[in-house]
Amino acid sequence: MATRQTRSLARLMLAPSVILLLIWMIVPLAMTLWYSFQNYNLLNPAMRSFAGFDNYRYFYTDPAFFQAIANTLIIVLGVLAITVIGGILLALLLDQPMFGQGIVRILVISPFFVMPPVAALIWKNMIMHPGYGVLADVARFLGMRPVDWFAQYPLLSIVIIVAWQWLPFATLILLTALQSLDEEQKEAAEMDGANFLNRFRYIVLPHLSRAITVVILIQTIFLLAVYAEILVTTNGGPGYASTNLAFLIYRTALLSYDVGGASAGGVIAVVLANIVALFLMRAVGKNLDR
Amino acid sequence: MGTIKLENVTKSFGATVIIPKVDLEIADGEFVVFVGPSGSGKSTLLRLIAGLEDVSGGAIAIDGRDVTRVAPARRGLAMVFQSYALYPHMSVFNNIAFPLKMAGESRETIDRKVKDAARVLNLTSYLERRPGQLSGGQRQRVAIGRAIVRQPTAFLFDEPLSNLDAALRGTMRLEISELHHQLKTTMIYVTHDQVEAMTLADKIVVLNGGNVEQVGSPLELYRKPANLFVAGFIGSPRMNLIEGAAADAKGARTIGVRPEHVTVSKTAGDWKGTVGVAEHLGSDTFLHVQADGVGPVTVRTDGEIGLAHGETVYLTPDQTKLHRFGADGRAL
Amino acid sequence: MARQVSTGRKTVATAAAWLIALIIFFPILYTIITSFKTEPEAIAGVSLIPSGTFENYVEVQAQRDYFKPFLNSVVISLGSTLIALLISVPAAWSMAFSPTRRTKDILMWMLSTKMMPAVGVLVPMYLIFRDTGLLDTRLGLTIVLTLVNLPIVVWMLYTYFREIPGEILEAARMDGASTLKEIVYVLTPMAVPGIASTMLLNIILAWNESFWTIRLAAANAAPLTAFIASFSSPQGLFWAKLSAASTLAIAPILIMGWFSQKQLVRGLTFGAVK
Repeated sequence: MATRQTRSLARLMLAPSVILLLIWMIVPLAMTLWYSFQNYNLLNPAMRSFAGFDNYRYFYTDPAFFQAIANTLIIVLGVLAITVIGGILLALLLDQPMFGQGIVRILVISPFFVMPPVAALIWKNMIMHPGYGVLADVARFLGMRPVDWFAQYPLLSIVIIVAWQWLPFATLILLTALQSLDEEQKEAAEMDGANFLNRFRYIVLPHLSRAITVVILIQTIFLLAVYAEILVTTNGGPGYASTNLAFLIYRTALLSYDVGGASAGGVIAVVLANIVALFLMRAVGKNLDR
Repeated sequence: MGTIKLENVTKSFGATVIIPKVDLEIADGEFVVFVGPSGSGKSTLLRLIAGLEDVSGGAIAIDGRDVTRVAPARRGLAMVFQSYALYPHMSVFNNIAFPLKMAGESRETIDRKVKDAARVLNLTSYLERRPGQLSGGQRQRVAIGRAIVRQPTAFLFDEPLSNLDAALRGTMRLEISELHHQLKTTMIYVTHDQVEAMTLADKIVVLNGGNVEQVGSPLELYRKPANLFVAGFIGSPRMNLIEGAAADAKGARTIGVRPEHVTVSKTAGDWKGTVGVAEHLGSDTFLHVQADGVGPVTVRTDGEIGLAHGETVYLTPDQTKLHRFGADGRAL
Repeated sequence: MARQVSTGRKTVATAAAWLIALIIFFPILYTIITSFKTEPEAIAGVSLIPSGTFENYVEVQAQRDYFKPFLNSVVISLGSTLIALLISVPAAWSMAFSPTRRTKDILMWMLSTKMMPAVGVLVPMYLIFRDTGLLDTRLGLTIVLTLVNLPIVVWMLYTYFREIPGEILEAARMDGASTLKEIVYVLTPMAVPGIASTMLLNIILAWNESFWTIRLAAANAAPLTAFIASFSSPQGLFWAKLSAASTLAIAPILIMGWFSQKQLVRGLTFGAVK
């Protein structure tokens, strides 16, 4: 469609978004890259010099770095496992005919709308608190010793909180995908003699595969950057036990005022995220073609 | 006035040539139908005239004025789209009033013109409704109403009846024809349906692969198709096109004879054949005959014929109505 | 065709679904209940029946000036959403109705800016904000959240606009509407449902954004995210008050979210799942 005139106008209309995003992408990233090669500490801003790869070396040799990478991966993979498997099961359940389906859906989706600091504080104080939390009460009722979640299992606690926030997202998307499955296809499979498990394996799962891919990729982007949940619960501790890469960079930057070191960490985080993004873009891009 | 002249008009999208080169003159008040199969470039040609696409080369003139670089709204044309393109959020009144509002007409003028148009199109009692509450035929009339209030120099119709069911299509065809007689304005009408073309047009432009195959009145095209494509496209059921010995005998590569110009006999005739399927339409019967040495031939006879599947028949084409085509597909 | 299902099976499914749904919803429910308890009640063990006091809500306002961060949240999320819409509507119009060979690449590129981890550019953003005086201002946060959510807004609008037939805009053009009038009188009214849900989702995302809002605003411009996060430093027991503050912080978004479930899926998956 369109003539030369509308086409040039269209380009003009597109320009503000493109220019703004271009600045937003390039300027801070270029600065991060630049700082990552500088010795620059905000406590001593006069002492600036070229650092070469020192910041990277420093980051790389810091034992906390590898623990942070490991923690990042555990959070991402742990939450993904819980939300994807849980999401599929929950979506299958919610797809069944039942009474009050609308309300059930609303209840299940709700945690997704809770802002991360609130979610973390609810779990920290009201649910997982070793003295007064609901879980402690339940443990005592069953005659067990209450667990001090954040001291004994800091990383697991964070995985649980984050999974609680993202399970609704996975469920909602998988349920939407499930409901777009042609009822006749399932009936045809039933006529062909497929039982429930076989129908799930050969009809439902392949139909869900794209939605599952999207869920995994989008969640990964957000899970790599889990921050507020750690800040308000464990503050990364004990030690570095629940520090992920994002939190480590924050610590380096705003607690030790080490601009160079934090920037080097930032570059590493960007590279990691880009590897994931590459796959996501492919998945979404494929969809665009259809 | 409403003359439209296309000179050396070409259109390509990137490397894909849609219209190699078209010259065409449309007289004032003429009802012109662009007909052709899908992908023949008929809609593109209409959109070029409308100004919704830029020409890649050549010039378009309306009433002698060069409009090649003029914006669609300034060409003085009105268009009825295939999907009607009614504004779903506006009432029927506001839909019809929209072009007048854009032209900055006064409230009283708009009110009068919309009501006039609504009366002509039997829409008066629907003016407050939304397009979603109307039937297909009513929507079609609103789209036409939106076009006529502007009193354009010419109307453009892009397959306007293709979304209607068969019965309604017949009624709307008559209404459009009647409208043309009342308004006497130039109309350009795009369709892939040769029946619509034959019944509506003063002049038919047959398009194929972006080329104009033939221009002429419906009967000219029916009687004297310029080439094989037109011969096969115009007329229903299709003209029988026969190659081989039967054609050689007439000194042509291909001969064509319309189903209505073949007589059937149980005893004697030029071609001997076997009756296949007979389609009884009541008034007519279409016989599909497998003729020996000639191939499949469709014959149109009156409705009361008593021939059974597998019977032997003899066919005789009307020699005066025989079309001969050369090796290049052109009529001889 | 929905098939007739036996009541027995339906009852089992209902029971299972409600049980799981209540477990998932329990932390939120318990927070709401706790907000109506007194402080001693709040730590006195599990109890689902509060004494029904509104004291905590009064206290949160009196002691912590709850209204200030609330207003900040409103201004920042609404402001960034409106600015993003203003920039995005023309862009989405352009890409949906005058696509070029590069449109798809541009869309993908816009999406890719969303992939950049915030923490990767925390340092320069902090320094830029410090040096330009944007640190701890509503304006600063509004700008950042506009940019953070711009790709999603463009994308969502694009997917909605694409469903509007181009013929209608062409009809408007034939009827003599300029491009501006075409967008104002025809496109925008037709896209109202799409624009509304885009707005809704964007407000939700902006309201809950918890990295930039916590890091770039500490006091004056601090929205609810930063306000609630400040409760994490243990200063005695204040669970009932914290619950009241939390309930107030999540209630508006929770309600908006319930109404936008469908659009949410589409917006968050960039149209990949509908």
